[in-house]
Amino acid sequence: MFYREAGQFKASYAEDNQIFPIRQDRFVIAFIIAFAFLGVPLLAQLGLVSNYMFTAILTPFLIFALAALGLNILTGYAGQLSLGTAAFMAVGAFASYNFMLRIDGMPILLAFILGGLCAAAVGIVFGLPSLRIRGFYLAAATLATQFFIVWCLTKVGWFTNYSSSGVITAQQIAVLGYAFDSSMSKYLFVLGVVSVMALLAKNMVRTNIGRSWMAIRDMDMAAEVIGFRPMRTKLMAFAVSSFYCGVAGALFAYAYLGTVEPDGFNLELSFRILFMVIIGGLGSVLGSFLGSAFIVLLPIVLNVGMQSLESAGLPLPSGIGSSIELMAFGALIIFFLIVEPHGLARLWQIAKEKLRLWPFPH
Amino acid sequence: MRAFARILALLALAAAACAAYAQEQYIPLISYRVGPYAAGGSGFFGGVIDYMTLTNLKGGINGVKLVWEECESEYNATRGVECYERLKKNHGGASMVDPLSTGIAYGLLDRVAVDKIPLTTLGYGRSDAADGRVFPYVYPLITSYWSQAAAMIKYLGEKAGGLDKLKGKKIVHLYHDSAFGKEPFPVFEAYAKQLGFELIKLPVPHPGNEQQSQWLQIRQAKPDYVILWGWGVMNPTALKTAQRNGFPREKILGVWWSGSEEDVLPAGDAAKGYSSMTFNTPGNYPLLDELKKKLYAAGKGNLEDKSRIGSVYHMRGITAAILWVEAIRKAQEKFGKGKVMTGEQVRWGFEHLNLDEAALKALGANGMMPTINTTCFDHEGSSATKVQQWDGKKWKPITPNWLVGDKAMIRTMVEESAAKYAAEKKLTLRDCAKEG
Repeated sequence: MFYREAGQFKASYAEDNQIFPIRQDRFVIAFIIAFAFLGVPLLAQLGLVSNYMFTAILTPFLIFALAALGLNILTGYAGQLSLGTAAFMAVGAFASYNFMLRIDGMPILLAFILGGLCAAAVGIVFGLPSLRIRGFYLAAATLATQFFIVWCLTKVGWFTNYSSSGVITAQQIAVLGYAFDSSMSKYLFVLGVVSVMALLAKNMVRTNIGRSWMAIRDMDMAAEVIGFRPMRTKLMAFAVSSFYCGVAGALFAYAYLGTVEPDGFNLELSFRILFMVIIGGLGSVLGSFLGSAFIVLLPIVLNVGMQSLESAGLPLPSGIGSSIELMAFGALIIFFLIVEPHGLARLWQIAKEKLRLWPFPH
Repeated sequence: MRAFARILALLALAAAACAAYAQEQYIPLISYRVGPYAAGGSGFFGGVIDYMTLTNLKGGINGVKLVWEECESEYNATRGVECYERLKKNHGGASMVDPLSTGIAYGLLDRVAVDKIPLTTLGYGRSDAADGRVFPYVYPLITSYWSQAAAMIKYLGEKAGGLDKLKGKKIVHLYHDSAFGKEPFPVFEAYAKQLGFELIKLPVPHPGNEQQSQWLQIRQAKPDYVILWGWGVMNPTALKTAQRNGFPREKILGVWWSGSEEDVLPAGDAAKGYSSMTFNTPGNYPLLDELKKKLYAAGKGNLEDKSRIGSVYHMRGITAAILWVEAIRKAQEKFGKGKVMTGEQVRWGFEHLNLDEAALKALGANGMMPTINTTCFDHEGSSATKVQQWDGKKWKPITPNWLVGDKAMIRTMVEESAAKYAAEKKLTLRDCAKEG
């Protein structure tokens, strides 16, 4: 009843090829984007959205969604399993920091792009093993990437401007004289960057590049036979994915934490983003967002739930929330891998399919 | 009419009662009780909660009771920051915060200045926050990493028979390869240049349960002293590996995060004779007896294992809580006795802490911690530490007096580093002479 496409005709190639061919989809997406850009700040002005929502929920959700998008491009679309996501985020963060620090008058968006390009370059170098090894073994090689890059950033003092503790303080975000200082303005900044990059990603996976990635993922031998160049495709996947992760890392440092040290981009963060991609859905742009929302919100929901149970009088040992969280994550990952390997995005797709028929049975 | 008057009187009483009930000073506790550092976290925050419970039992701070909420940070920076953001507005607003983690403290550094909530970092965090002109809301009370490093060199000098006797000696700095481990570099390097000893820096990658290669290097270098700057599992592993490589543990001096029961008990015999820095004199105090009698006997104590009462982390937590309570008391003296203090007012209290021996004796803690006197200029207040030695069963103090390193040199370094931070962030230094 809701997804009736009756009466929606495509009169031009442009209409046929658009990202959201169904009018209802376009309407919902336009509403969500308008709400995110205009509605949420309006609610914040009315006092309904607190500072805490911005700093602890919305901004990290967007930043991790961008990183999950990067990993999704690499693992979901190109099929190259990678455990080095956090390392590429670290490269992006520290590269942006150094560009801002050492070049006077560097605009921050350009610094982010250059930081992303540095991460892409590092991604290409460390993606070279993918030309010879696959799957689990490639994961081990990317694990080496993760450890090496964090070690390198800790060892070479130049990256952290010789700070005695290795912690860098990110500079202010200022575009055309306007300083993004409040948590709401930082949220809007991150929202702008993430929307543009998500649109780019959505289009990229529909073009020849995206199809070459999917071909390599599904059967790389056959893809090579029909003419896709594996080296170029795989390294392009690493480059694009690392660019996304690099920009996400820069946003993580500038718009979320404010101070970062190399150890903050550890293996735990890489696994967290991998879980987001697995739960959200491999090979789907929407999946990155769903997975990120899930993983960002679950610990908070559990923590708040535990606290309300405690205040209701139930004597729980402090820290039980963390243990339950670990168990919940493990159980959810196993559940998703068995029941729905394509994650939450696939669940949404199935729901959409059913909604197209509803209330009719067939 | 009389009924109406009676109802009014009742309402007024109820309102007064409500107002009296709302006299609560709120402190969020960003604690960690799970993960590899749970032993330290549970000890420290156990001590904090114990002392705050005792203060409440004695009637609070001039009638104002303390209230707190715990949030599990898992020693993770993002989680700690999220905990802080969630808890800071409860119960009328947080009056101060202390996360016992350098990573979380760095994450909160800018936020506390905006939220006007003082951040105390006892014995960790940014050493240059001792300069109160640049960091009005950060208090590395009692001492910071740089002061501790300076005190360590002073102690080693005393052990050698004088600071000048350190010339030509070899000192190895075995450190946890992280921001924490690299923090004392500027101090050690400055002292090495000044006193003429050779400084060898050996990093141990996290988590540090494999140190064979480092100790082989130490055996080859044959240093006079080894400074163990470790955290977590690195500490007992270092002591055990040292024993295996035949390095006498009397020559190892640990930092105070390497000097707790949880660090030496797993090493067993290998730790006997090992000494470390501490800012509490181990032993028993009237305050600890009071805690045992009033809290633990009544089942109100926070530690699950009663044998941990008086352990290093427990005493550290009690010390922290003493400083917090006294700061709030001091703030009340200026801004109104018996009233709930805001974050800004508590900040003033932290800046004017003055606990001399008489005050500590009144608390039942004389000798447990050094005397402390903070000012706008100096947010540390003391810089004093002691050295303790493990005898197999407990820690015993081996320096009779409190050690203070070269305060002037450390202060110059602090001001330099703080000025760099101020330049980066475009802050103007506060004028301490103008403020109260």
